[in-house]
Amino acid sequence: MHPAFSVVFLTTLIGVGQGLFLALYTGQVYSVFKVLPVQDSANFYGIGSGIAVIFAASGLLASFFHLGHPERAWRSAARWRTSWLSREVIVLPAFMGVTALYGLVHYSGWNPVLFTLRGTVEVDLSLLIGAINTVIAFALFLSTAMIYACIKFLQEWASPLTVVNYTLLGSASGFTLATAFAAYQGSDLTQFYGAWAIILTVAGFITRLSSLIRNARIKHKSTIGTAIGIRHAKIVQKSQGFMTGSFNTREFFHGAPASVFTAVKWLFLITVFPVPIFLLSIGLAAQAAAVLVLAFVVQYLGLIAERWFFFAQSNHPQNLYYQTV
Amino acid sequence: MTQLALVIDLNVCVGCHACVTSCKEWNTSGTAGYMSDMNPYGKDPTGTFFNRVQTFEIGEFPNSETVHFPKSCLHCEDPPCVPVCPTGASYKRESDGIVLVDYDKCIGCKYCSWACPYGVREIDEHQKVMKKCTLCVDRIYDQALPERERKPACVLACPTNARLFGDVNDPASEAAVAIRERGGYQLMPEWGTKPANHYLPRRKTSITIHEDELVRVDNPLKKERQLPMPDKDAPTLDDVTSW
Repeated sequence: MHPAFSVVFLTTLIGVGQGLFLALYTGQVYSVFKVLPVQDSANFYGIGSGIAVIFAASGLLASFFHLGHPERAWRSAARWRTSWLSREVIVLPAFMGVTALYGLVHYSGWNPVLFTLRGTVEVDLSLLIGAINTVIAFALFLSTAMIYACIKFLQEWASPLTVVNYTLLGSASGFTLATAFAAYQGSDLTQFYGAWAIILTVAGFITRLSSLIRNARIKHKSTIGTAIGIRHAKIVQKSQGFMTGSFNTREFFHGAPASVFTAVKWLFLITVFPVPIFLLSIGLAAQAAAVLVLAFVVQYLGLIAERWFFFAQSNHPQNLYYQTV
Repeated sequence: MTQLALVIDLNVCVGCHACVTSCKEWNTSGTAGYMSDMNPYGKDPTGTFFNRVQTFEIGEFPNSETVHFPKSCLHCEDPPCVPVCPTGASYKRESDGIVLVDYDKCIGCKYCSWACPYGVREIDEHQKVMKKCTLCVDRIYDQALPERERKPACVLACPTNARLFGDVNDPASEAAVAIRERGGYQLMPEWGTKPANHYLPRRKTSITIHEDELVRVDNPLKKERQLPMPDKDAPTLDDVTSW
């Protein structure tokens, strides 16, 4: 497939937003159970949620550049019963809205205690909104990944690993950003977020590597023989019906030389996983917020390469019809 | 349930591209708007087409043959492009099984083209909506046309009658009979899309002749006997036997 940068930015940016929100809420839940110290509502959760909304909104903005008719985008919520894309179109604004609400409740300080669990755990409004938004965040990971994983003949994508990778890589980048954010805020949660960022990055490395190994061994069901319905060991295309390209040759081939393709794979394998882990370790040990920001920037740029490779690696069966001019 | 479709006979397709040009001509002049071309007279012309003829070589010389392969939307009975459409612009008609795009609802997200294994959907670079073969839906029901012309433009244009049009679910239709009796098959059956369009395979007409069928055992007139010819009055086999 030809990687569209609008979609590359959409999927990576909203992943950071979702991961950052999940990090903030994890911190809050831990503090409710008195495992971690309570953070300042307005400065920490309020501004943190604002950053998460900005990332998700930038992703949404990027997605509009993918559309031929962005002014009709509202129509795309119609077919949520059958289309994962439609589901994403509904869940993404919901995530942005509820994250903004979560941030607003914290920022304004209007956060009444709704009920008390077992007489000790006070459940306030933000905790309830956050719980709902956690479900929405995971639903968004699911719908984004299922857009790709549900197309069964794009065999590189049609795997549960796609959903796992989107979830883990989005969460990892969000937790890395949360680490840098907490460090700038001088929060006690820096070490907590940093540890989770490293754990999620390692987990993401394992699952992304699994999908790379799976895809390297993949056996495509469609062949030129099934494509034109003729059984012969040697079938060579002599003409694709036109000389100078069409939508079929532009949309479904990445067009990059094999050397670039391989280079991007190694680039993302290095910049998404070992380098951020190294920078996070240094930043956490030395209490250097700038190094933690660098860890996030490197990981995010690496994720752009990762997503480019994700699209470029999938082989569409229609390419069997377009092998020779 | 009616399922209109094309049946394409690869045995007689000569790869003349008449179906391609007639399709473009008819559909670019239609009420749904033109099928745009980019740079049509320039260096790298490209444009929107619903139908293409491709050419494949099967085998290796001298045991090779050329197969011309027309490809357009197959109007699948279980079309994977329809459920993925977020707006409902892409739909399959209940009444006749034609898969269509509502150009006024399409947002141009291209997701349906990703979800089609056959690569028969194309985005129109000017109108920015997804387009595909409509089986000339504006023509096949047009009461103003004589009945014999109520067929897709490609079918009417084919000089070798390689394209048959009809309801593949009606056992008596020309298309269904051709599929049944001439080995009609579907493309990429492995994905369960159940394409309505079928292809008829290449066929070789051959007979087996044995040696003894070339030389007549009995030769009553002695026409093929070695020279010199025997006397006409000499007895023939019929004279000496009594059957």
